[in-house]
Amino acid sequence: MSRESAIPAIEVERLVKIYKEVPAVDGISFSIPRGSITGLLGGNGAGKTTTIAMIMGLLMPTSGSVKVLGAQMPHQRYRVLQRMNFESPYVDMPMRLTIRQNLTVFGMLYGVRHLGERIAELAEALDLTRLLDRPTGKLSAGQKTRVSLAKSLINGPELLLLDEPTASLDPDTADWVRAHLERYCRDRHATVLLASHNMHEVERLCERVIIMKQGRIEDDDTPARLLTRYGRRTLEEVFLDVARGRDEAEAAQ
Amino acid sequence: MITATESAFAFSPRRVAAMMLRYWYLLRSSWPRLIELIYWPAVQMITWGFIQYYVMQNAGFFARAGGTLIGAVLLWDILFRGQLGFSISFLEEMWARNIGNLMMSPLRPIEFVAALMVMSIVRLAIGVVPVTLLAFVFFGFNLYALGFALVAFFINLMLTSWAVGIFVSGLVLRNGLGAENLAWSIMFLFMPLACVYYPVTTLPVWLQPAAWALPPTYVFEGMRALLIDHTFRADLMLEALALNAIFMAIGVFGFLKLLQAARRQGSLMQTGE
Repeated sequence: MSRESAIPAIEVERLVKIYKEVPAVDGISFSIPRGSITGLLGGNGAGKTTTIAMIMGLLMPTSGSVKVLGAQMPHQRYRVLQRMNFESPYVDMPMRLTIRQNLTVFGMLYGVRHLGERIAELAEALDLTRLLDRPTGKLSAGQKTRVSLAKSLINGPELLLLDEPTASLDPDTADWVRAHLERYCRDRHATVLLASHNMHEVERLCERVIIMKQGRIEDDDTPARLLTRYGRRTLEEVFLDVARGRDEAEAAQ
Repeated sequence: MITATESAFAFSPRRVAAMMLRYWYLLRSSWPRLIELIYWPAVQMITWGFIQYYVMQNAGFFARAGGTLIGAVLLWDILFRGQLGFSISFLEEMWARNIGNLMMSPLRPIEFVAALMVMSIVRLAIGVVPVTLLAFVFFGFNLYALGFALVAFFINLMLTSWAVGIFVSGLVLRNGLGAENLAWSIMFLFMPLACVYYPVTTLPVWLQPAAWALPPTYVFEGMRALLIDHTFRADLMLEALALNAIFMAIGVFGFLKLLQAARRQGSLMQTGE
């Protein structure tokens, strides 16, 4: 193992983010090894998006530290931004630009070589070839998600941060997107941190699940061990146990 | 060790070109945006042109000072449209909810600002060049006859417009689109003090130091000196340049501080109101 690949993809230590005296993230620590797919689960307001924003360097922690591919975020972010990418429902691609124009702009920003070929390759893989010259704003929700995914893969990132990547997609498109992500990670040995409400998606993709509640990590294990420990059949039941408190969840059933 | 290409202050012409391409694609795709660039400068110039035409027929001073009103209108438009061109390109990113994508990309703030500066010149050229031609055709006022003086006026006005545009962009980043109106209105704060249409001596004495603290004041005084007294005041242009250096430093420093505050507050993820 090389020295570089021994460094975890993400190292979070005692991370805190406080907004006006309210802790959104409250002293969490975890480490994600290279080449793994990890799910970040939690209800609304659990702190998932805040955590991902700090990992991306878009948000300054109140205290604690985040290292991405060995670089301290956000101060050393320019050392690694070229090697990572993200997809989030909180951002859009410029709507008036065509898919090809958007991918060209982002490809240039990331310094992608042989950009025309890369765009063609991604368009082929994500079934966007016939749509390449259509304005992004005129696409369906599923097509837009595929364009966002193409943007997030334009630089062949080693680390991919995905916030609700299949939200608002029909089951068929969502399944298709998951299959593509699986293939990408396997082929490139890429690391993925995936925040999602879709338990089926997390169960299928992730080899490890971090469950957050009120800014803290409630549990952190493989899906199989979580099911065993909570005595549940699905991750959704585990999630409800954590989100509502175990007794309340059992009473609700 | 952080190498030059990994530094926050690295500069890549390729990334600047990428951003310019992005704005060019946008302009090309939207004819209302192109029309809007020409519409207001043209309306304003024609209105003021007729006013000048009227007063020239009635007042001896204005007859001698031919072109000062139209000249003031055109130079004011360079200042105002320069800042607006910068700010609107920036606002396009906010409206498109694209700021997060850009801030997560290797694009450096200085490269982003450089692209916005170049685009403000492009937008200005699209809007103001046809209007200067209209001024010549309608009222016989040839802005380009100002020659080297025009270059000095232009450089100083653009520097001020960029300094203000950079600072306003920082405010919008920090405060969201609720601060958008500043982009449209902030330059009008300069208008009475910069003495666009009248000499500085018109202002009360206690207000004149405030006027001389603004770089555009020197440009408009310089224009009047050129058109009325036929004298190019290089001293005024150099003073404006020195003040612009201070304005630019304040603008960039303010932008970086506001960007830092936006990173603390999480405004980069929430670009709405």
